[in-house]
Amino acid sequence: MKKSFLYVIQSTSFDGVRIQEALDEIMTVAAFDQSVSLLFIDDGVYSLKRGQNPEILNLKNVTPIFDALAMYEIQQFFAEDESLKIRGLSSDDLILSVKSICRSEIGELWDKFDVILTG
Amino acid sequence: MLHLVKDSPFENTKLVLCIQRAAPGQTILLIEEAVYGAKRGSSVAPAVIKGLGALSICVLAPDLEARGILAEEILTGIRRVNYEEFVDLAANSKRIHTWL
Repeated sequence: MKKSFLYVIQSTSFDGVRIQEALDEIMTVAAFDQSVSLLFIDDGVYSLKRGQNPEILNLKNVTPIFDALAMYEIQQFFAEDESLKIRGLSSDDLILSVKSICRSEIGELWDKFDVILTG
Repeated sequence: MLHLVKDSPFENTKLVLCIQRAAPGQTILLIEEAVYGAKRGSSVAPAVIKGLGALSICVLAPDLEARGILAEEILTGIRRVNYEEFVDLAANSKRIHTWL
């Protein structure tokens, strides 16, 4: 049965392997032909910032994986407006084109998905 | 929908952000260090009281007791739940999000 999944990304890719594990999960779920969307909030929006060089710290660069998600037919990428703004970021600073959503709309967004997963 | 918050509201802003984002009718459960957010008279109490207007806010009683916070010290409107009720809340919620 096809279900809709929303992955909530709320930490940076420098915070342990949480994002890497979430990406593995996202690709697995999408490979099983499920409908997947991603929501970036709080420090999670940093994981989409352009020009990252985690290799300097001997960390894996996960940004190419976000690019590759397009091939997995990920439905939508949402990013919270307020999270971007307070960090001095705009959608132009991001590696992906995202649909911006404001804080007051988040609670209702969740109700539109069958499954919420935390990354 | 159930929101789980486990960090102290004086350590980071997860609890306040969760209250701002939850839609009316949704439930927030405070566990571990987040139970300090249920206490009266703290600097986050106004934000929690505001949230209580539209949301159901619960707190895990064993985590309160362990920290020496008595029932009369928590904000009016916050419901104390035991482990069994925690399981019921989780089992009866179609969606759960943990504020890590």
